[in-house]
Amino acid sequence: MIARKKAYYAGIPTAPYDLVKELLVALAVVTAAVVIFALVLSSPDEPSLTLQSVSQSDPQGFVQTALGELNGSGGIANYGPPYNNGTANVQYLGPQIGPIGPFFSIQKLIGVHIPVDTAQDYVLGPLMQIAATVPGLSAALSTYNGASATQQSAWTDAYTKALGKATVSGVNLSVPSCACGPVTLMMSTILHLGQRGAMDGLLLTSNRFYRTDYTRPLLFMADDGAVASHAASFNLLGTQWGVMNETGNYPGQAWLWLYTTLYQIWPYNGPWAANADAMAILTVTILTLILMFIPWIPGLNRLPRYLGVYRLIWKDYYRRVRSGAIPWSE
Amino acid sequence: MNLTERLQRRVSETLPYEELMPAEQPIYVHSYVYLFGIATVASFILLIVSGIILSVFGPQWWHSSTVGHFVNSAHFWSVQAFFFFMVLHLWTAFFSGAWRDGRGLTWVSGMVTFLVSILTAFTGYLSQQNFDAQWIGVQGKDALNAVGVGAFFDALNFGQMYGFHIAVLPVIVAGLVGLHLMLVRLRGVVRPYPLDVEAREGARAGAEEVPV
Amino acid sequence: MTPSFMNAPAHYLHIGFVLISTANLLVIILMIVVFVAALLAPLPSRREQS
Repeated sequence: MIARKKAYYAGIPTAPYDLVKELLVALAVVTAAVVIFALVLSSPDEPSLTLQSVSQSDPQGFVQTALGELNGSGGIANYGPPYNNGTANVQYLGPQIGPIGPFFSIQKLIGVHIPVDTAQDYVLGPLMQIAATVPGLSAALSTYNGASATQQSAWTDAYTKALGKATVSGVNLSVPSCACGPVTLMMSTILHLGQRGAMDGLLLTSNRFYRTDYTRPLLFMADDGAVASHAASFNLLGTQWGVMNETGNYPGQAWLWLYTTLYQIWPYNGPWAANADAMAILTVTILTLILMFIPWIPGLNRLPRYLGVYRLIWKDYYRRVRSGAIPWSE
Repeated sequence: MNLTERLQRRVSETLPYEELMPAEQPIYVHSYVYLFGIATVASFILLIVSGIILSVFGPQWWHSSTVGHFVNSAHFWSVQAFFFFMVLHLWTAFFSGAWRDGRGLTWVSGMVTFLVSILTAFTGYLSQQNFDAQWIGVQGKDALNAVGVGAFFDALNFGQMYGFHIAVLPVIVAGLVGLHLMLVRLRGVVRPYPLDVEAREGARAGAEEVPV
Repeated sequence: MTPSFMNAPAHYLHIGFVLISTANLLVIILMIVVFVAALLAPLPSRREQS
């Protein structure tokens, strides 16, 4: 190896070069710059949303989301893998071209690995845990669980209508009375749990003391739309090139420019919109592989020579070779 | 047979000590663009140092401590510096055709480092425990789920993302950077494109590439 | 310590379908400026050996 390297350099003059000093200078300069930026500009830290804050700021939306989890009409209930076998968010690698397509779904192939039963995880489970503390709740839950699916739907549909006519005053939600059976008490309890901060704890993995997995509460917030509307105020939505952005006036992730650009252009924002994520990832993967293997791609691997920027990188050396001061070495 | 002796001989033949830290370079290594690589390394060192301090005090420390917030800010701006210089280093390597003469693996290792760094940054944003982390998780999960990765790599699972960010990925990035630096030392800095390319191409078609 | 403008809603430049924050735009412009400066700036000469 080293003999080959020496042969490679044969005939080319060398000059002293201090790598250690170079590293120390680079460290000093970068550290100084980082420290100055950190002292003067600090870093962003927008406080997290909680189920408590969400349920207090929009009690109607919160209950609507809980109802959707209970009767299976919500976003996560219909999402698809890895949470369940729904179809609403299943994406395919391969666009729809007229009546042809879609082709193939890695998402479906890999399947359900993070099972989420929205009715149980978001409503029935938490309510059962605290049932003993709320008068009438145990009975209500027995009634609900013992009823037929048709009966349960009738109750939740009736509650949906009533919820649409509800009035909000501050954190208080007044839902007109309805023929909703046990669902009325279940939903009002869910709202109280939310507003008192209990849902934040109940939605983490239950039956365990230590919790580090926020999948369930975050999926609920995603369904609620609370996260999205808060994000919109910071220009973080996908349609706002959000992938690249940061809260406040801080720089974001400029290096993701190509990925986020795809979402803004045709066909990713048109005929491929239903599979936009899968298609964007596929596109970026292909382009990245091309760049990665460019040394072996004929034509493309000569691009730097045609572009000619190298003449600036080695301008000193070329000048001296042309002047004859040093020999050109093959 | 003495395995230690064989390894020792192999290493001293392949990459002797003087080649790891040469005190001279060919004279064509003479442009400020050659500093972007080491500036990236310097940024990486800062990331590790500030990251270790943040880990020592726990993921919630910086939200309530002024010193903690400063360390977090240093970590935040080190990320900006890291990608800033890494991309400039990529442009330099690209415009100089640095993959020539058997340096393809050096180029590939650099590209892989770039990609793993992006993943490291992603897990870092998810570890912030603030609204940005919530948002990035809730959004990012759709892209990950669309290609099936979300079944095993759950952006909403703080414990998993934090573990990737402070342990698994930094080790991988450090290993890749080490490999990349070793390859540069093994092969040396690529020579400039030949002058009078057209004349030489005619005279010696294809000989420009030194076969490995 | 943090200037209040850093946490205020960001400013954006909207040209056609491109929507970019001033912060990101600054970073990108700075990258190009630094790269071009590095290409053009002369280095001090040094003594050599063959």
